Amino acid sequence: MNLKLKVWRQKDRNSEGRLVDITANSIPPEASFLEMLDIVNDELTRKGDEPIAFDHDCREGICGTCSLSINGIPHGPSETTTCQLYMRKFSDGDTIYIEPFRAKAFPVIRDLCVDRMAFERIQQAGGFITARAGSAQDGNAILVPKQNADLAMEAAACIGCGACVGACPNGSAMLFVGAKVTHLAELPQGQPERQRRVLSMVAQMDKEGFGNCSNYYECEAVCPAEIPATVIAKLNREYAVAGAKDTVGVE
Amino acid sequence: MIGRIDSKVPSGPLDSKWENHKFESKLINPSNKRKYSVLVVGSGLAGASAAASLAELGYQVKCFCYQDSPRRAHSIAAQGGINGAKNYQGDGDSVHRLFYDTVKGGDFRAREANVHRLAEVSVDIIDQCVALGVPFAREYGGLLANRSFGGTQVSRTFYARGQTGQQLLLGAYSSLNRMIGAGSVQMFPRTEMLELVIVDGHAKGIVVRDMVTGAISSHSADAVVLATGGYGNVYYLSTNAKGCNVTAPWRAYKKGALFANPCFTQIHPTCIPVSGSYQSKLTLMSESLRNDGRCWAPKKKSDTRKPGDIPEDERDYYLERMYPAFGNLAPRDIASRAAKMQCDDGRGVGPGGFGVYLDFRDAILRYGRGTIGGANLSETEAHARGTEKVKALYGNLFDMYHQITAESGYEQPMRVYPAVHYTMGGLWVDYNLMSNVPGLFVLGEANFSDHGANRLGASALMQGLADGYFILPATIGNYLATVAPDKRPKADHAEFRAAEEAVNARTQKFLSIKGKKTVDEFHRELGLLMWDLCGMARTEKSLTRALSRIPTLREEFWTNVNVPGSSDSLNVSLEKAGRVADFLEFGELMCLDALERRESCGGHFREEFQYTEKDPEVQSGKVCAGDVKRDDENFCHVACWEYGGTTLKPLRHTEPLIYEVVHPAVRSYR
Repeated sequence: MNLKLKVWRQKDRNSEGRLVDITANSIPPEASFLEMLDIVNDELTRKGDEPIAFDHDCREGICGTCSLSINGIPHGPSETTTCQLYMRKFSDGDTIYIEPFRAKAFPVIRDLCVDRMAFERIQQAGGFITARAGSAQDGNAILVPKQNADLAMEAAACIGCGACVGACPNGSAMLFVGAKVTHLAELPQGQPERQRRVLSMVAQMDKEGFGNCSNYYECEAVCPAEIPATVIAKLNREYAVAGAKDTVGVE
Repeated sequence: MIGRIDSKVPSGPLDSKWENHKFESKLINPSNKRKYSVLVVGSGLAGASAAASLAELGYQVKCFCYQDSPRRAHSIAAQGGINGAKNYQGDGDSVHRLFYDTVKGGDFRAREANVHRLAEVSVDIIDQCVALGVPFAREYGGLLANRSFGGTQVSRTFYARGQTGQQLLLGAYSSLNRMIGAGSVQMFPRTEMLELVIVDGHAKGIVVRDMVTGAISSHSADAVVLATGGYGNVYYLSTNAKGCNVTAPWRAYKKGALFANPCFTQIHPTCIPVSGSYQSKLTLMSESLRNDGRCWAPKKKSDTRKPGDIPEDERDYYLERMYPAFGNLAPRDIASRAAKMQCDDGRGVGPGGFGVYLDFRDAILRYGRGTIGGANLSETEAHARGTEKVKALYGNLFDMYHQITAESGYEQPMRVYPAVHYTMGGLWVDYNLMSNVPGLFVLGEANFSDHGANRLGASALMQGLADGYFILPATIGNYLATVAPDKRPKADHAEFRAAEEAVNARTQKFLSIKGKKTVDEFHRELGLLMWDLCGMARTEKSLTRALSRIPTLREEFWTNVNVPGSSDSLNVSLEKAGRVADFLEFGELMCLDALERRESCGGHFREEFQYTEKDPEVQSGKVCAGDVKRDDENFCHVACWEYGGTTLKPLRHTEPLIYEVVHPAVRSYR
């Protein structure tokens, strides 16, 4: 199939970017979306142009690196990530808009690549359980009811791609933060740091310039890992309880 | 030239070597630890767990990764699980059995003491991961659940859906984050190591490129740890992430580190088959699927009927036929070769006949009928109920299969074919995980030590975390205690400046060639060549051919590659050019190693060395015709390659493998 692409090109963080028309010719429908871009890039390179920079790595939907907004939707019509989108979802002659995830907290660094370090700093603020290597007791000494383990797993499946932020009109990261807070709050191991975790992760989230949730549910709709929006409700509750306890000085 | 190769395996009985070694290892007192700086390159299971654990002990740590976050390292993609000799199922497992299974699985080409230590530490890993909040699958009573994996007859694999690697990596990543937040680890994402710096014979630092700004900089330290993964992408198509590369170990090799057993690569039996020349990577279908899926090929050659139309008695469940004791859970090397044999025999399925079926029909019906009141269900009803159960067990894998092939694995069998997956070879390390270059440590897939000639499923995660959480933190002191922390060279030392200049010169060379072919075109060409001539089956002839063709391709690369753009910005072509240039050298060493190892073992199958119908082992039913034939008399050793400079052939040294407890035997899974 032949396609008309409108691709965001931007030299670096400080330059202006713009949409550039590029044609993609003879694309096999069995190719993935990123393989389509590989073919386009090979052609650009042969012509002596610079290839389109886009982030990707595992190409099996789990590393969370790929981060394209396709026709205005993070990960486009893929059921999961951009790398798991196949060209059979498009038709010959289609025009496709390809842009980076758009959010104030995710500055573009080149073409379709964005800087997601804000996510890192949120995790560093509290997305962990303190357990030094070598300090653990026997794994079966901590019983975890299956339903809690399943809920924790459901939230822990977040791949940290940032589609939730890219899709949210407020540029909110609450699905991402809620996923980690829920994962650890569901487990007995996560209890000792439960309160301080949610407070410091939310504080960092606000500092990074992410917006707040106002119930658009766009995040849930685009999430490749199917993180449910209920983690945001959980985040709000965890935050409210922790905030109240913190105010009156109880742990 | 390198003298005798000393593995530094401690003396004493096998099961007390590690305990004794830890006691005899040198300690560094807490106030001195903070004076030492350690660089960790790579942030996967091994790198992240090592960086976090060293920082917890009090060392100053810098950690580097090429991805935009340590959480994206390719450990994340491991699906099935992690082994741990907990014997929670009470099914006869033990440290000794895990040790034995791993040595046998590796076809008796691993270092015995290392493997025993790995099995010992495996139980601590599970505890550590649980403590960090890894949401392992649980039973209703709240206890940890297990499943089986290839090459074993017990259930010792812990798992989190089909995303175990992801959850284990996120656990290690969370520890790493804690230490970054505490200021004990400095993290450098989007940063690629391009040179190792050696001062007075000791590894003292690295030169890196900031992949966003293009800035080249030096980092000096008291020790360097490489945890940079495997080199499967030398084949271009593999289950590795696109960015996986051999550059860091290769740079170390060219500075004197020994490369061990580079020809030992693992071909995974169940991957989604190649669909076209544009294809950029291969996707694995987890080995855990073989707990329930049955591998088969039509008995008739070139059978083009739909799988559902092929009656039961015209199907060849070849693994169950050939290896009845282990059936579909035969180890990877054996299952891969068996699949290839069916296809070579003209009985492959799908485009080009490069595929076999992985069929869940029977499992779905079995699960459906196993539910309450299931015995009386019609086949359609049982199928519907059974599908739900299979979805709960492997849903994400079936979804992935569906997205890629547009076929449903619930309704028809999956088509699978072997693909390059893991590399057992790597930089040589001693018992302390230190290479022959003092101060250079190598962990995880990047080293060679634990898996011999074939790795068992669910053991890569175990080894990465063993090395990072438990082994390096205990052994690094042995080296650091011998160097004074204030004697560390500054990052503007002449050796660092020379390394930076070499990196800059190479970059300018890439940009100045302005040839006609893209980097990917060269990479694809190399990959095809390696797959055809040094892939699942190798011969003296094919390897000799590869050895004459690779240098020609390399020469063409250096005169005809086109790397557009500049060095001072994010330049994907430039990054790839550096990696492919190294693969073009490394591929040659792989073929040389495969040529010199004149035996078959594990994943290394030399067609000249296989069992035939005439062998007594086949006649007595121990092995099948076509199984690999080892030569213990001449090749029970690690091949360790020393760089010979630009003009000399690499030198082959050997470390004899001495088995004190296990007696290498014919590896039978029948």
